[in-house]
Amino acid sequence: MAHSTTNYNLDQKFEFTAALKKSIMTVLVIGAVVLAIGIITAMMGGHDHAEGGDHAYHWYQRLFANIWINNVYFTGIAIIGVFFFAIQYAAQAGWSAGILRVMLSFGYWLPFAAGLMIVSFFVVNHDIFHWTHSDLFDPNDSHYDKIIDGKGGYFYWPMEKGSFPIFFVIRLVVFFGFWVFFFNKLKNLSYEEDIHGGTDYWKKIRTWSALFLIFFAVSSSISAWDWVMSIDTHWFSTMFGWYVFASWFVAGLSAITLVVVFLKDKGYLEMVNENHIHDMGKFVFAFSIFWTYIWFSQFLLIYYANIPEESVYFVERLESDVYSPFIFVNLVLNFFLPFLVLMTRDAKRHAIFLKVVCSLIILGHWFDFFLMVQPGTLGQNGGFGLMEIGMLLVYASAVTLVVMGALAKKPLVAKNHPMLEESYHHHI
Amino acid sequence: MERDKNFILGVFDDEDVLLDAVTRIRKSGVKIHEVYSPFPVHGLDEVLGYKRSRLPIAAFLFGLLGTTLALTMQFYMMKIDWPMIIGGKDHAAFPAFIPVTFELTVLLAAFGMVGVFMVSSNLKPWGQARIFDNRITDDKHVMAIDLATNAGLGEERLAEVLKDSGATEVNKKSFE
Repeated sequence: MAHSTTNYNLDQKFEFTAALKKSIMTVLVIGAVVLAIGIITAMMGGHDHAEGGDHAYHWYQRLFANIWINNVYFTGIAIIGVFFFAIQYAAQAGWSAGILRVMLSFGYWLPFAAGLMIVSFFVVNHDIFHWTHSDLFDPNDSHYDKIIDGKGGYFYWPMEKGSFPIFFVIRLVVFFGFWVFFFNKLKNLSYEEDIHGGTDYWKKIRTWSALFLIFFAVSSSISAWDWVMSIDTHWFSTMFGWYVFASWFVAGLSAITLVVVFLKDKGYLEMVNENHIHDMGKFVFAFSIFWTYIWFSQFLLIYYANIPEESVYFVERLESDVYSPFIFVNLVLNFFLPFLVLMTRDAKRHAIFLKVVCSLIILGHWFDFFLMVQPGTLGQNGGFGLMEIGMLLVYASAVTLVVMGALAKKPLVAKNHPMLEESYHHHI
Repeated sequence: MERDKNFILGVFDDEDVLLDAVTRIRKSGVKIHEVYSPFPVHGLDEVLGYKRSRLPIAAFLFGLLGTTLALTMQFYMMKIDWPMIIGGKDHAAFPAFIPVTFELTVLLAAFGMVGVFMVSSNLKPWGQARIFDNRITDDKHVMAIDLATNAGLGEERLAEVLKDSGATEVNKKSFE
């Protein structure tokens, strides 16, 4: 109600306690140990498929595939924090003013993601990206591949196909460069607003948000083709950019919701009440359906047209004993669970439902990326084992450490945000 | 003709005064029949103590009906009544049924919800609306109190309560 007095502590900072840090570190160490056991088991394991084929399978390919899955996945969660922040400004949203800093904190993973992605591209190179083999582009070679040769310019232009993938690497560096640049710009403006106040900063952030959104609209799609779709080099899908974006968006929204709920539990963010939580719940609910819509649109068209070069993608996954169960895990965790659990108003307003559903969605969308990357790189040698669990835990806890550390750096609330008062009275 | 539905009406100018008035009047033991306002007043349904609408349940059930209907229809047509091979698929090609199923689910949920809402709100074409005060479509909020349900309090007392809570005028209105 408009006449109630509001006396929130707007300078409150998140205290990243040693105990909390320690428990996250424990998860990280457990993850590392599980990962190490996984690696050792894989090294000791037999090289069943080593004989005969052109490309013998090595244990480290699975390690590389895991690095790549988590690189792409957590880059997505980080950039979605910035994206959702920008959306609030572009849409001139008032309700979210109290939780803007939570969204922003995810962006702090971006520089790490950039480093990891760029370095690991040169490490995983041939083992993840089939198109990096130079013999595919030589018409005189027995491995010459006309289809990949036709696509070669997309990776190698303006250099000779099969040499250094300069165009690909430029895109990789430019996308991360601009994402980090926009993140820093938005972050600094938001922090400066704390000191000086006024509506000028809000207007400036809105302009920068709009510019970022235009850039992100293009770069999110292209990065999905580059980093994920190019693994299955022959195959293509016109839905893929949206598909990866949708997956990132739901996972990012779930992560933001989880952090907001966590901070509420710890007694921070007093101005955030069940109405704001409800809105986050609606976002998670709606975009879970959006993801399903995209996933199914891609599937249905390929299934119905039944053109071999398109349907091979789903044949690889649905006909495989290794991957077919995860298709259903994917759909259950990312569609049926949020759809049925978050359908009612009460479920979206009570933190306990959101904690369970959002955690499972974050796991579910990891499976989504697992299904995008592993079949094309490892074939029947992939699977969900110790290496996968360990690597996921390591990455997830590293991201959590960075995000929590970022939250502790600056006040949790943008105290001079012009719509903060509106946010207090948000009522749905 | 004898009019047996008698209401006492409090007219309010401001929604904040109205919200306070509703809280105060309900606390004093008066049962409010209904409050009419020209625009949605946030928090009004809460202070009036209204239970949550059960409309979503109706929507869910109608949606479920749509899903069942769509799947039964398609399986019957495509598998039992007139099996055809389309694109080399099985007669009952489930993924191909999903768009139709989705559409019918949405259609029945939406229509069902509108229908239930109209029935429960007495919005039939031949129905006669009770207009307590014409200004509720313009700039006034009107609180209606049924005299019959507050028989113990008496008309004067109710008018006094309304005036005390900030009503700019107090009127009477009767319906058959």
